[in-house]
Amino acid sequence: MRITGAKMVIKALAIENTEVVFGYPGGAIMNVYDEIYKQKDFQHILTKHEQGAVHAADGYARATGKVGVCIVTSGPGFTNAVTGLATAYMDSIPMVCISGQVPNAIIGTDGFQEIDAVGISRPCTKHNFLVTTIEELPRVLKEAFYIASSGRPGPVHVDIPKDITAELGIFNYPTEINISTYKPTVKGNVRQIKKALEEIANSKRPLLYIGGGAILSNCSYEIREFAKATGIPAVETLMARGAMGSENPLLCGMLGMHGEYAANMAMHETDCIISLGARFDDRVTGRLDKFGKHAKIIHVDIDPANIGKIVHINCPIVGDLKNVMTDILALMNEFNFGDYSSWVDTIHENQIKEPLTYFEDSDALKPQWVVKRTGELLGDKAIISTDVGQHQMWAAQFYPFNYPRQWITSGGLGTMGYGLPAAMGVKRGCPDKISVNFTGDGSIMMNVQEVMTCTQYQTPVVNIILNNNYLGMVRQWQTFFYEDRLSETILEMQPNFKMLCESMGGIGYRVTTKEEFDKALEDAVASNKTAFIEVMVDRRENVLPMVPNGHALNEMYLLKEGDRR
Amino acid sequence: MKSAQDFYNTAEKREIISVIVQNEDSVLSRISNLFSARGYNIDSLTVAPVPNSEYSRFTIVTVGSARTIDQIVKQLNKLIPVLKVIEHKNCIEKDTVLVKLPIGQNLSDIEVIVKAYNGSIQHITDDAIIISATNDPKRIMDFIKVIQAFHPIEIVRSGVVSIER
Repeated sequence: MRITGAKMVIKALAIENTEVVFGYPGGAIMNVYDEIYKQKDFQHILTKHEQGAVHAADGYARATGKVGVCIVTSGPGFTNAVTGLATAYMDSIPMVCISGQVPNAIIGTDGFQEIDAVGISRPCTKHNFLVTTIEELPRVLKEAFYIASSGRPGPVHVDIPKDITAELGIFNYPTEINISTYKPTVKGNVRQIKKALEEIANSKRPLLYIGGGAILSNCSYEIREFAKATGIPAVETLMARGAMGSENPLLCGMLGMHGEYAANMAMHETDCIISLGARFDDRVTGRLDKFGKHAKIIHVDIDPANIGKIVHINCPIVGDLKNVMTDILALMNEFNFGDYSSWVDTIHENQIKEPLTYFEDSDALKPQWVVKRTGELLGDKAIISTDVGQHQMWAAQFYPFNYPRQWITSGGLGTMGYGLPAAMGVKRGCPDKISVNFTGDGSIMMNVQEVMTCTQYQTPVVNIILNNNYLGMVRQWQTFFYEDRLSETILEMQPNFKMLCESMGGIGYRVTTKEEFDKALEDAVASNKTAFIEVMVDRRENVLPMVPNGHALNEMYLLKEGDRR
Repeated sequence: MKSAQDFYNTAEKREIISVIVQNEDSVLSRISNLFSARGYNIDSLTVAPVPNSEYSRFTIVTVGSARTIDQIVKQLNKLIPVLKVIEHKNCIEKDTVLVKLPIGQNLSDIEVIVKAYNGSIQHITDDAIIISATNDPKRIMDFIKVIQAFHPIEIVRSGVVSIER
């Protein structure tokens, strides 16, 4: 039986077990939307802006591990989606974005709402397709889902001209897939794994350096098991929060530019870095020629291009981290690991010497307290999303993350405006959890329109706005490195956040004391409505510790009492 | 112990890379985008279909440190339509040049020089003479230098193709 290209899209999504699609209709994608109207296989969530749709699909993918799906139209619909694609690309999030395109006959004539979409998406997707015939459409859709979710995951963009969605064809959706030029290595080389274990056994101060790959390949519990069995301490990157669990005695915290003192010192002093799904980002390594000076480096990564990209690796292992960890657990008994307890003690001493903390030295609420308090009140019941800036770092530092996929943040691209739509996707994917979005007075305004989507579709998100009337992170850099010239970072004019949220069907609070915050949070969660809790926090608070650009990990600005910079 | 910085500071070298790719519309831009997006050099790039197959072959001449070359190869391999990437270690390279010279010069001098560089006279009209030579790229550069004495009107190079010995 011959069906239209639009119907093929719907059928393919159904076969791929898509339960929700985030999107926005428009001229070139109308045929697909007509079929969406007629089907019952999945829910369509209409966002208020295409960027919101892509971030929502991204948040959904991060929270559930499934492929997020979004549909947008040609031209501006697609260009609005680009930031979302780039966000997902930098953090390796599996996603399929389907966009409409002007009919084949119009392509190249500067038609209405025509733009070279695949040309734009090429550098910010794992792969993209421009469908030119109806015959290839089923295969392209199948490949899109396969490429997005296999190997190192990433967003895949499928651009479909309008005439293709109208044309009739035979829907022969492949069950098997074989792309001769794409065969990701998923199984680690056993000889290399043994060499790595040997290297670890020969070291005195090994350290697990856990990255976002641990979350993506769902192997946090294997890593916990390995750490527990060997007594090797671990540090997490921003993207790996939740992998080890906040109460794990072997976790020495997050490392990097705003990492804990103990974690950064551990990374500086270790003699064997065991990198598990991390990529030596510049925000993690600090000054490169001082990084890992005393260490041999073992690097496990599914993407061979990550190995040796930034630092020289002594023992590379290419493979899916889950497979490699399973092999490591099976082989580890053949090796005699040392006693690392004195090394762990050194780290614990550092944690006591320079704990991650803050001083209650003003009348205003401390943003760190807000995060910590939210952790005490909601703990494991909440999945935490963030926008980008100071609040993001405080959330990463002070929230007690206990399980993987509890922490949703734009780490690689650092996209302001990510938090709210992502938290909506999280809620849609995990309806039993409380979806909390930590945000700032700057970030929230970048996609604030999605509050309405949250209320319309009953996907409540609790937005905790840490309001300091600044673009805080930029303000902090201006204070430190630009002699406090606050160029365009003072947000004097602000909306009434309570009214803003309530005007879109949510519920708003403005709090200035601890009691008010507790009450607002309890009330917001109980109301089961999308909420804004605007917390007036200490304006001049800085994120510390901080490794300034161009400095080594052991050269941190540390928190000092009474230091108001 | 080797630090990260040592790895950075390796000397630049010239490298010839062949890339076998699936024949599809956008593959040329995928490859050239990759080079420009990541700041890699392209000294020369040629592309043509591989006979009797669904693949095409790119020959790319580039310059970079060991780390850069390593990244170029890995990043190329990551592109979905790329079948394989060959870093040539021991290969024969050939480059072709076409030169248009004004007529009225000593034809036999030109012929001798062209022959010396393994080339020939291709075409003569009443106002111009076209010569060509195919040789390894270094010899072609020499040839272009020598031929300057005859005031060339136009010089066209093909780019390097290469095959492993």
